[in-house]
Amino acid sequence: MSENNYLNELMKNNYRDDGRKLDEYREIEIETNIVGQANGSARVKIGKTEVIAGVKFGTGTPYPDTPNEGMFMVNMELHPMANPDYSHGPPSPEAIEISRVIDRAIRESKTVNFEDLCIREGELAWSLSVDIYPINADGNLFDAGVIAALLAIKNAKFPEIEAETDKVLHDTRTDKGLTLQNIPAMVTIAKIGDNLIVDPSYDEEKIMDARIHIATIDNGNICAMQKGGSKSMKIEELKNAIELSGSKGNELRKLIKSIK
Amino acid sequence: MAGKSSEPLIVKGKRLDGRKPSELRKITAEVGVIEKAVGSARFTMGETVAVASVYGPMEVHPRHKEKSDRAILKVNYAMLPFSTSDRCRPGPSRRSKEISKVISEALEASILLEKYPARMFEIDVVILNANAGTRTAAINAASLACADAGIEMRDLVCSVAAGKAEDTVLLDLFQPEDNYGQADLPMAVLPNLGEISLVQMDGDLSIKEFNEGFDMILESAKEIYEIQKNALMEKQK
Repeated sequence: MSENNYLNELMKNNYRDDGRKLDEYREIEIETNIVGQANGSARVKIGKTEVIAGVKFGTGTPYPDTPNEGMFMVNMELHPMANPDYSHGPPSPEAIEISRVIDRAIRESKTVNFEDLCIREGELAWSLSVDIYPINADGNLFDAGVIAALLAIKNAKFPEIEAETDKVLHDTRTDKGLTLQNIPAMVTIAKIGDNLIVDPSYDEEKIMDARIHIATIDNGNICAMQKGGSKSMKIEELKNAIELSGSKGNELRKLIKSIK
Repeated sequence: MAGKSSEPLIVKGKRLDGRKPSELRKITAEVGVIEKAVGSARFTMGETVAVASVYGPMEVHPRHKEKSDRAILKVNYAMLPFSTSDRCRPGPSRRSKEISKVISEALEASILLEKYPARMFEIDVVILNANAGTRTAAINAASLACADAGIEMRDLVCSVAAGKAEDTVLLDLFQPEDNYGQADLPMAVLPNLGEISLVQMDGDLSIKEFNEGFDMILESAKEIYEIQKNALMEKQK
């Protein structure tokens, strides 16, 4: 039996290769403040997948159309250390996609009030850069990336800023940080044959037909979605995935909220 | 997804351009617009204009991208520098690379790739004029161009976005609604198969609002299908 058929056969009985149910996440482990030089940081493991996120604050001139808001950017580099599929060089479409989807999930959840990043309206504002690196990529970097990014932001402390020159004193820390307004939870669902599974492993990602990432906020509303993969989904499958993302998102949110 | 419009976007159930919430903009479609290309199309949704070309099947380059059992698509979406109010820099951006990827996947779900082993199709879509909904117009143009090229497909790929502005779910947003909107939900539909090949969303939608937008998209995909079909028939006359 080919591996594909074997996995499909298992899923018919609501089981997966690693013993999980179709709607079951792997074990999630979280650690925060793991990088001394970063303003905030977090390590998230989902099963064997491990990612770290680090926040660095800088300053800049606010964009003309949002003079009272700071800047926010998210980037994930699919570094070759994490998986033999990744290679050095300019970011691949996959890396660009995952960075932009995580960025949208956090930005559109309005969890960070970007006005809190304003220093002097129209003149000076903080830039909040979140860089996410997979250390070991064993599937579902999207969900791991959102959790790591959120907790790195939650733990971040602003550096001091020199009063006369506006110079950022990167070796200092204030005790001031950002308050998260809510917790966006991203749930990745893979379609394999007629089955929908949450939190696909690397082996499952290799054989999946399509994937969908759905981020919800505290009140249950959706703040970001992205379908990927070169096969389509049936209308019912999309509706089922959205329902699943609501219940699984609540579980993840509870976990994220329990982390100090 | 930011700011508030100085004038209301919806007055007495009508939008600024006179449409009802669930109404598409005026659509035009034409195939065979580029004589050199194997297949081509122009697709307009309101003032948004997309032109697509298809070349192939051809040998795969670079060679290591070749798939022995199926074809690959090389999709490139680009906004021309003069298509937006501020000039947009030519060449690929992170935004255009992501959109090229999702357009490619939206088409791959329909094209019978296994009919063309070890071959490649080059699909280029350019936006001549942007007034919101450029990726959906691009998908419609590309779907038509692929059909015009005679590529074997399971269905036409019909794309439109729903969104939300002033707490009202709207179909096929145009620029003012997009600028001050609360959510954007572009999708691509294979209407005869009842399948979805592109879903993106950002903003804020309740499940009820999502379902409302989804229904509008599914309904209007049938209209877009008829327009695409008629454009293909027109060329056969």
